[in-house]
Amino acid sequence: MEIIKIVGLGLIVTILIVIIKQQRPELAVQLSIVAGAVIFTMMLGKINSVITLMKELAQKTNISFLYMGTILKIIGVAYIAEFGAQICRDAGEGAVAAKIEFAAKVIVIVLAIPIIVAVFDALLKLMP
Amino acid sequence: MDTELIFQLAGISIVITVIYTVLKQAGRDEFAFSTLLLGIVVVLAMVIPKIAYLFDTVRSVFQIY
Repeated sequence: MEIIKIVGLGLIVTILIVIIKQQRPELAVQLSIVAGAVIFTMMLGKINSVITLMKELAQKTNISFLYMGTILKIIGVAYIAEFGAQICRDAGEGAVAAKIEFAAKVIVIVLAIPIIVAVFDALLKLMP
Repeated sequence: MDTELIFQLAGISIVITVIYTVLKQAGRDEFAFSTLLLGIVVVLAMVIPKIAYLFDTVRSVFQIY
C-alpha cells in the first residue's frame, strides 16, 4: 500500500526534523523542503495518469483543449504556490507566505482571463 | 523513492550540530561558525537540485510554460 510508505516516511522525517530543529532550525527547514519534494515526486505517476485520462475524455467530448490546459496550469501554479507558502509558514515567516499566496492569486486570475472572456462571449451570443 | 537523500541530509545536519557544539565548548567560536556555514552550504548544494527537479516535473506534468 502506497499510503503506508508515505505516512511512515513522513513520520520518520518529522522526528528527524524535530531533533535538528532545536539546535539548527535552518537545516531543519531544508530537510522539510526535501521531504515535501520527495513525497510529491512519488505521487507524480498517479497524477500523470489522471491528467492523461482527463485529456482523453476532453478529446472524446470535443471540449476545446484551451479550457483543460488552463485548468491544469492553474492547478500546477496553485500547487507550487502552496508548497512554497507552507514551507515559509513552517519556518515562521508568515509575511513571506502571504506574499507568495498573493502572487499566486494574481497569476491564477491572469491565467483565467481567456476563459472569462469566452464565457462572456457565449453569454452575449445567448442574449436576444 | 529516493529517501536516501533525506537520511543523508539528516545525518549531515546532525554531524554539523555536534561539530558546532564541540568547537563552541572548545572555545573556538570562529571555527565553529565557519564549519556551520560550510555545512549549510553543503546541505543547500544537495537540496537545490532536488527542488529544481521538483519544479521541472511539476512544469512538465501540468504543462506550465
